[in-house]
Amino acid sequence: MKRNMLCEQDKHLTRRQLLRQSMGGLGSAALASLLTGKSTASQTQLDRLGHLPHFAPKAKRVIYLFMNGAPTHTDLFDYKPKLQAMHGQTLPNEYVQGKRFSTMTGNPQGKLMLAPVEPFRQHGQSGAWVSEFLPHTAKVVDDLCFIKSMHTEQVNHSPAVTFFLTGGETAGRPTMGAWLTYGLGSDVDNLPAYTVMTSVSKGTTCGQIFYDYYWGSGFLPSRFQGVKFRSGGDPVLYLSSPQGLNAKLRRGVLDDLAQLNRLQFDEFADPEISTRIAQYEMAYKMQVSVPELTDISNETQSTLDLYGPQVNERGTFSYNCLMARRLAERGVRFIQVMHAGWDQHGSLTTELYTQCKDTDQPAAGLIRDLKQRGLLEDTLVIWGGEFGRTPFLQGNINERARWGRDHHPHAFTIWMAGGGIKPGFTYGASDDLAINAVDNRVHVHDFQATIMHLMGIDHERLTFKHQGRRFRLTDVHGNVVNPILA
Amino acid sequence: MLPMRSTLYAFIVVLQTSNLLLAENIDFNRDILPILSDKCFHCHGPDSQARQADLRLDTRAGLFQTRGEVTPVVANNPAKSELLRRVTSLDLSERMPPREAKLSLTSQEIELLTRWIKAGARWTKHWSFQAVKRPEIPLVTPNSSTRNAIDAFVITELSQAKRQLAQAALPERFLRRVTFDLTGLPPSLDEIDSFLTDPSPDRNARLIDRLLCAPAYGERMAWEWLDAARYADSNGFQGDRERTMWPWRDWVIDQLNYNLPYDEFSVRQIAGDLLPNSNEQQRLATGFCRNHMINGEGGRIPEENRVEYIFDQIETVGTIWLGMTMQCCRCHDHKYDPLSQQDYYQMFAFFNQTPVDGSGGNPQTPPVIAAPSHIDRYRITALETQIETLRSQSTQRLNELAKIQASWESMQLEELRKNPWHLLHPQSATAEHQELTILADASVLASGVSPPNDTYQVSVTTDEPRITAVRLEALRHESLFGGSLSKAESGNFVLTGFEMQIQRTNETRPRPVKFTKTKASFEQGTLTVAATLDENQQTGWGVWDGRLVDQEHAAVLIPDSPLDAGPNTKLIFVLRHDSDFAKHIVGRFRLSVTAQTEVQPRVDTSLLFEALKTPTKQRTPDQKQLITKTQHKSDTKYNHALTEIATAQQAVEDLRKTLPQVMIMEDMPNPRTTHVLERGLYNKPTNRQVAARLPEMFAVPASDTARNRLALARWLTGPANPLGARVTVNRYWQTFFGTGLVKTANNFGAQGEKPSHRELLDWLAAEFVHTDWDVKALHRKITNSSCYQQSAKQILPNDLHSPDTENRLLTRGPRRRMPSWMIRDQALAVSGLQVRNLGGPPVKPYQPPGVWAEATFGNKRYTADQGEKLYRRSLYTFWRRIVGPTMLFDVAKRQTCVVSNTQTNTPLHALVTMNDITFLEAARMLAEDAIKSPALSDAQQLAFVFRKCTTRQPTTQEIKTLMARLYTTREHFSVDPDAATAFLSVGDAPRDETVNSADHAAFMVICLLVLNLDETLTR
Repeated sequence: MKRNMLCEQDKHLTRRQLLRQSMGGLGSAALASLLTGKSTASQTQLDRLGHLPHFAPKAKRVIYLFMNGAPTHTDLFDYKPKLQAMHGQTLPNEYVQGKRFSTMTGNPQGKLMLAPVEPFRQHGQSGAWVSEFLPHTAKVVDDLCFIKSMHTEQVNHSPAVTFFLTGGETAGRPTMGAWLTYGLGSDVDNLPAYTVMTSVSKGTTCGQIFYDYYWGSGFLPSRFQGVKFRSGGDPVLYLSSPQGLNAKLRRGVLDDLAQLNRLQFDEFADPEISTRIAQYEMAYKMQVSVPELTDISNETQSTLDLYGPQVNERGTFSYNCLMARRLAERGVRFIQVMHAGWDQHGSLTTELYTQCKDTDQPAAGLIRDLKQRGLLEDTLVIWGGEFGRTPFLQGNINERARWGRDHHPHAFTIWMAGGGIKPGFTYGASDDLAINAVDNRVHVHDFQATIMHLMGIDHERLTFKHQGRRFRLTDVHGNVVNPILA
Repeated sequence: MLPMRSTLYAFIVVLQTSNLLLAENIDFNRDILPILSDKCFHCHGPDSQARQADLRLDTRAGLFQTRGEVTPVVANNPAKSELLRRVTSLDLSERMPPREAKLSLTSQEIELLTRWIKAGARWTKHWSFQAVKRPEIPLVTPNSSTRNAIDAFVITELSQAKRQLAQAALPERFLRRVTFDLTGLPPSLDEIDSFLTDPSPDRNARLIDRLLCAPAYGERMAWEWLDAARYADSNGFQGDRERTMWPWRDWVIDQLNYNLPYDEFSVRQIAGDLLPNSNEQQRLATGFCRNHMINGEGGRIPEENRVEYIFDQIETVGTIWLGMTMQCCRCHDHKYDPLSQQDYYQMFAFFNQTPVDGSGGNPQTPPVIAAPSHIDRYRITALETQIETLRSQSTQRLNELAKIQASWESMQLEELRKNPWHLLHPQSATAEHQELTILADASVLASGVSPPNDTYQVSVTTDEPRITAVRLEALRHESLFGGSLSKAESGNFVLTGFEMQIQRTNETRPRPVKFTKTKASFEQGTLTVAATLDENQQTGWGVWDGRLVDQEHAAVLIPDSPLDAGPNTKLIFVLRHDSDFAKHIVGRFRLSVTAQTEVQPRVDTSLLFEALKTPTKQRTPDQKQLITKTQHKSDTKYNHALTEIATAQQAVEDLRKTLPQVMIMEDMPNPRTTHVLERGLYNKPTNRQVAARLPEMFAVPASDTARNRLALARWLTGPANPLGARVTVNRYWQTFFGTGLVKTANNFGAQGEKPSHRELLDWLAAEFVHTDWDVKALHRKITNSSCYQQSAKQILPNDLHSPDTENRLLTRGPRRRMPSWMIRDQALAVSGLQVRNLGGPPVKPYQPPGVWAEATFGNKRYTADQGEKLYRRSLYTFWRRIVGPTMLFDVAKRQTCVVSNTQTNTPLHALVTMNDITFLEAARMLAEDAIKSPALSDAQQLAFVFRKCTTRQPTTQEIKTLMARLYTTREHFSVDPDAATAFLSVGDAPRDETVNSADHAAFMVICLLVLNLDETLTR
């Protein structure tokens, strides 16, 4: 007899098998839609796991602005008058005893406190503190929810980024975007459900790189991995038809291909064949829809202005934010926009300015743009890095030009906005020197559980059996942070 | 409590009577263990830390022993079995699994448990942990479809399900399937023709034998092994530096072709270095263990890396030879299988003994071995043979010299009696930059810093009445480079000036001596002794003869007229070293004078003279050595042999310097101690020290295990390991059928899938061991079975049986989309572009611009190779870990061990095969071939293309469709010749310009279409 325990994996297979049985599955549905020239979202939603969502979602999609390199919470959001007052004084030992820091810091004993580089001011009705570094973000604070009590277990970049995105510190687990598309399927049939864009500020000295497992599917089937939209060449690898082969020719070839493949199907009744027919059609649709997506000529100047001066420059954070909105508009499920260069070990008074200049306006502009289109309601926007930076100095206090801060996992700030999030709100707090998260601490797994919740998923119930164990994004931890929900 | 129990029991009874499965026997392993494992072991299993209520259900004792009032399982008595009561309890506080676990048992599972208990609750060890017992081959009614034992097992299972094997696949389909499966390449048109026209009844078997002998076989079979061995050409992580492990990859290909028995194949890779008198190839094999990623990121702690590397090594071994996932035991006991955290660190201890310390990101972190390619290996062997010959020649010459030693001695003695030289004992010796020390033998030794240049001044007093010549000896010393004459790495010096002054007692100041004649024991080309006398500071005397100077030398300088000296005459010598050759300074020297006129420039011989004068029996060992050494040195033949040996050795050394360094295994003489690490953290060793030992579950007595990797490797492939052969044959089954007999090739534990054909699996495993782990024999057996050779057509929906969707019953032949690397190889093969060289450094075929730069902020840039390297098999494509080859899809990441790949079907795959240059260029070349083929009509040319790509003739309908497209496309390109030119411009391979471009472009479109047919992508 066969096992009849329906773990997620089995369900998934069963669903696929059922779809294939009469050649009435995803493949032929998509094919039919193509042939009639119409496509409806419901067809592709067939790819959703049967029992999902677990409850009504508040957000339909996620735009994750991942600030790779770890932005300095003390200089941007987490205002501490005492830190200002203690500038140049020795770090009080009781704040850091027994804590792990990066090997560059080693034992933090005897380090000097470093005041924020730029002054802070309160903004908006919510009175949120934002530094002068981020004048544009300051103007949208009433739409944002700050979490100031974030903490993590990882102290080096790549493990910490991996931890944020997959719930584990080493490569091999599915990323959040993969989990969500695995669980919820796709609302579009001409664009990938999970897309990724990366950028870095010009002239930055940072050495982090974007590993492709930052958008990997881990042990989930590889079709759930993020599709990278590139900053040069074809936006999607191998997207362009060869020169000399126009769309009409390609169309004709694909029609023949489908016809000949159907003959094969008639002979073998292998459902893989019908899926293949559909996938070739989808590839063709992507060839049409991606250039349309990246053609921003119909955007108004006022919209473009929201994102700042670099918006026309492919490969910039600004351009990527605009693309994020366009993808969100088209119903893409998970949009991961990663920007590297936040690793100011010795460049707080130099590169941090460029970094903020490149990201501040686009991020704020994205919020405004989504809002004016009514998209913010069901789009969850997240801004944050993999950890924070030490409130104490890395470098020589007398050498202002090379002031820096080291990695700091014990307290940092992120913000969230949109779908299901309380706007104009601040949650949690660090201590009076911004060293340790003390009030309403939020762990990375709590953060992940909250995102899943907003998408209509009980993070404990979306599991996948791999190597004999049921895995989930939040490992065996995580609590939804209810107070920040709208 | 009681009433509730009775209600439940009634509920169970109802279920029981209702059911469908009554006729079937309950098998503990197949039906019960999976339920217990999946639903109970998490808290009541092997993990002692997570265990609740001190209850374990993974052991016989735990299940059947009475605890207080209750017993989890009472055989034959469901009503008294607490386990059953708890999983069915309506009282949620009692109900198992508890709510927090978010798991529950289905009614069918409860029913199975009930029936199992009722039937006597037979318990056995998990099936894969039991020793393999060779099953009897079942008797089946012999008919045409039973070719071998495999069929007997499969047919037996099928007949129980009232099914049978499908009919045999069409010959061309079988040919295609088996050719790809065994070589990864398509059959050529000639091969298709000769197979189809072969009338012999055993043509399939002969075809299989031919394919098993093709060199392409080793390349094809290597792929999955490289996935398992996480082979790549870079380190991974930030920096991702390039490594040179490819000679190990070539070793794998060679051994697969050579059919090295799988147990030896395994032992060499895990512990080849520890084999008695291990050779280079055996040590090279251990590169397997070192294929793990290397983390060179700043801020990482070396020990943290080192521990990670060992984790990776044992988990790789665990997956490949035990089919067990061991990773969870880094932190705690296994949740489902009897593997403890202690077992894990005992395994760790086997690999904890190499000198690797985890620091830095050196992609050639020692221990390494310089591994030659096939050609270089041949060159080295030739040189080494030559050296051997020369060595024996020189030994022979020494024997000859020994025979004539007595006569040589007497001649030498006579000669030496004439020795005219008087040593000058310096009073003072100074240098500008170094310390000079006067030694007892009157020589002067320089020490201290070694400056680029230096000048010496030596003063002596002599009583010699008359001086006709001065001799300068350059002498060896152990403090000099390699015991040579100087501190330069050549051992050479360049003496740029030699000056002498003389001051007799009656004179008030010294007067320079002018030399007119010189002699030398040796002069290096234009670097002569005479040159020391000129004003030029660059010229001088040197003695290098092509290798480190290990001979002492002497120069003789003769003044224009003999010098009258007399008692207490002061002599001052200046030795200058001013050349551009840094450190070329005489390290030790000695001065002497003579009154004779006919003198030879040889080094001082007083010691030798003493020795020769001493009667043979009274000589000291040093004296004896001096005599023989001098005799040997004076022999031209012997010295010639030595020079030749040195030249050959240098050639070998030079060649070796160019060889790729492959990281290999090596144990340190003093073992490291191993501790269990708390939660797997490198910096949290517990005080539980462990020694290398096999996991407890295999019950290997501690004393039976030599505690090193070799013992481990021998055990893994030995009769005591119940898993080794099973997991291996299962993986190979997967190679041919897409899915293993155990679907979870990486997990044979309690949570793994049960085998679809357990008896067949065990028979194959037993047979594999019985044939001495003969991999080719196994492949021959599988491919010769009817089961493998049957048609792949699926049963249509109107069939009466439930569909065998996943083909677990093997009701049809395996039909699978080929792996992306094989699809690429096929395109290269059918287009005639493929370059078939075996092995060598990795190559860089076409990839879109910027694929590396984008991921590395421009630190790494991909530049495609040119010429032949564009067309090698995908196996040789450079594999950068952080951005793998972009034209390959559904491939293992080569970051950790992977033994089974999922196949997916996405639009992105279609984009590659439709738009990647490799496929376009292949289409263009294939089109050119078709047009130039002797076929006459369009239809025949189309058939040529179709057959090359799919192995079969197209049907009339297919030809019709393609022909129609060919015509319209041809028309399109004839009115738009620019489009044709643009379309044809793809790829580096030259186009035959005599072929009409519209025709060529149109055919190219068709070829691209055919290359993308589902049938072309499938084997």
